[in-house]
Amino acid sequence: MIPLSCYLVLSAILFACGVTGFLIKRNIITIFMSIELMLNGVNLSFVAFAAQWHNLSGQVFVFFVMVVAAAEAAVGLAIIIALFRTRETLNIDQVNLLKL
Amino acid sequence: MTPPNLYLWLIPLLPLAGAAINGFLGKRFSRQAVAAVALSFCGAAFLMTLWIAARFSSLPTIPHIERVAPWLRSGDFTVDFSFSLDQLSLILLLVVTGVGFLIHIYSVGYMWEEGGYYRFFSYLNLFMFFMLTLVLASNYLLMFIGWEGVGLASYLLIGFFFLRDSAAAAGKKAFIVNRIGDCGFLIALFLMIKQFGSMDFSHIFNAIAQSPQQFPVESSGVGLLTAIALLLMVGACGKSAQIPLYVWLPDAMEGPTPVSALIHAATMVTAGVYMVARSHVIFEHAPTALTVVAIIGTLTAIFAATIGMAQTDIKRVLAYSTVSQLGYMFLACGVGAFSMGIFHLMTHAFFKGLLFLAAGSVIHAVGGEQDMRKMGGLRKKIPWTFWTMSAGTFAIAGFWPLAGFFSKDAILFQAFTSPYGSWIYWAIGLFTAFLTSFYMFRQWFMTFFREYRGTQEHTHDEQSRTGVSTPHGHGRGGVHESPAVMLVPLAILAILSIIGGWIGSERFDKFLAPVFHPAPAVSAAAEEAVPATLPAEGVKKEGPSENVLAMVSVGVAAFGFLLAWFLYHQRPELPEQIAVAFGSLYQAVANKYWIDELYSWIFVKPLIAISGIVFWRGIDQGVIDATLDGSAATARELSDDVRHMQSGNVRSYAGWVAVGATAVIAYMVWVGTR
Repeated sequence: MIPLSCYLVLSAILFACGVTGFLIKRNIITIFMSIELMLNGVNLSFVAFAAQWHNLSGQVFVFFVMVVAAAEAAVGLAIIIALFRTRETLNIDQVNLLKL
Repeated sequence: MTPPNLYLWLIPLLPLAGAAINGFLGKRFSRQAVAAVALSFCGAAFLMTLWIAARFSSLPTIPHIERVAPWLRSGDFTVDFSFSLDQLSLILLLVVTGVGFLIHIYSVGYMWEEGGYYRFFSYLNLFMFFMLTLVLASNYLLMFIGWEGVGLASYLLIGFFFLRDSAAAAGKKAFIVNRIGDCGFLIALFLMIKQFGSMDFSHIFNAIAQSPQQFPVESSGVGLLTAIALLLMVGACGKSAQIPLYVWLPDAMEGPTPVSALIHAATMVTAGVYMVARSHVIFEHAPTALTVVAIIGTLTAIFAATIGMAQTDIKRVLAYSTVSQLGYMFLACGVGAFSMGIFHLMTHAFFKGLLFLAAGSVIHAVGGEQDMRKMGGLRKKIPWTFWTMSAGTFAIAGFWPLAGFFSKDAILFQAFTSPYGSWIYWAIGLFTAFLTSFYMFRQWFMTFFREYRGTQEHTHDEQSRTGVSTPHGHGRGGVHESPAVMLVPLAILAILSIIGGWIGSERFDKFLAPVFHPAPAVSAAAEEAVPATLPAEGVKKEGPSENVLAMVSVGVAAFGFLLAWFLYHQRPELPEQIAVAFGSLYQAVANKYWIDELYSWIFVKPLIAISGIVFWRGIDQGVIDATLDGSAATARELSDDVRHMQSGNVRSYAGWVAVGATAVIAYMVWVGTR
């Protein structure tokens, strides 16, 4: 039996990777993937806890997260395509027209 | 038998309807239509009053009270919209609607060439509404509404030529000075609410009359009723232009002349007299307040009369004359002869209304000139005006058998013989009668006799120099008689000025007796309770007979006439020399004793200074503005720093989110592990 802490450490590592990628990357697609990474890091901790405590709520919650992530991916990718069509770039630092 | 419904509420409401129609729609009406509306509603009120007067003697109960609607309900304290009719209010009703209607007619002609015709008649009707409310009210609060309303109408009409700074300033002055008086009136109302728990005249007066133990005659000069009476007198001083609050009335002559006649001579300024007379029960229980009323009245009478002697503006002479005559009325009230005060109020409304209208006709004739030094010799040119004004002049001077003789003589007689009276009042009153006669005939001679001192072209010069701001710019040139629409009211008022006093003071007193001398049982009870503090009613002091006094006052009036004739007709160069000879005294009188300047130094300038330094720069700018501006500036500086976080860089946002999340988690961990 793999102890719970291993899952949680892995989950934390995944989440930290996601955060780091989000902060340092400039490509929108990569940032998008970093977000997915964070979500799945959290998902991992959900299912780990669910298995540990024999409580299905965690499992169910993961499905919800996946559905939302899928929807978000659809919308997000659409935005990215629209953005690319107008600005012809995927560099997030150049997409700052709304700043003060 | 139930009292018949007289629809009293219709009387004030008819002019209000006229005011509303002219005020809201009059701009699109022709002048004829505006005049028709104003006259018909005002005339309807007059006819209604006549109808009521005809049915008055058949009324089962006097006062006849009609309750229209409830107004205020607060616990046990209630005030209704209710109107009451008794002998006093009937006389006032007849005077207000009758003289008011005549002046409406006159205004149709007088204002014909002025701008804002509909506005003028709307205000005039509005004034009638409030004045009739004041007169008909059956409680002090409703009376106060009318009281304030006539002040508003007065303000609007004084400032009718609002393009002139002086007119606007005069309107403001009248309004503000009246506020001082109203402050006293209002405090008196609060005291009454506290003491009697009611505002109804009948309730308050019955409470006082029927419990002499609780409300004795306060001959010591201290007490609640004395306080109420004195505060009421403060209000009356403001409205009726008595010392020390008379200063607004002469300036009010900036308004059109019919306004001066209606509001500032015949009706509104007598509201204070009416209020004092209405409150006679309170005043009779406060001898000190009565003395104050008599002294103020006497002083005002002589004070204003002396000023009137040296004025050169035809309307200002009449204005000071009005102040002086109002002083007579207060003198009458102050010596307990309330009915004589009302009698003089009525005759004064006739002859002073007439004098103002005639003066307006003179001004009209000479093209807007108001300086008597530039008139003269108008007798032949405007005979109608001359004869009617002569009637008014002889009436106010007190010549037998004109109206002024009867009322003024009755007041002087009462001042001498009444229990509250004194020979000092009589002597000063008599001297004032002489001054009155002198300045009125001075005006009469200066205006109508000797040769014309103005020039025909004068009117045109005047107009081209001052343009539209000329108060009364009739550019026809040449002296001309006024149209018939102005002369008919003059003639009617002249007849009233002649015959108005023939009713006689005794019959008048008898008619008003139910109001001023309550039922014998009550007064007997009151007298038992306060034995010998005052001479009983009806017992006259020893004194000369009325005939002797009457002859003295006619003699004095004749002396005034002769003096004026000598100085202003026979030897017109003499007044100049006298003025020079008396030097400073003449200067003091001609400059109205510098009272306006004195008030300006004592009250107005310090008030402006305090307002400017303390309230404006100190509190308003220093505290209120500083607080608000300071908080706004702080917020702006803070947000100026904070907004730089919003760089537009998505990754920096994400960084802030991460930092925030870390901070929250750290806090929760800290809390959890503590």
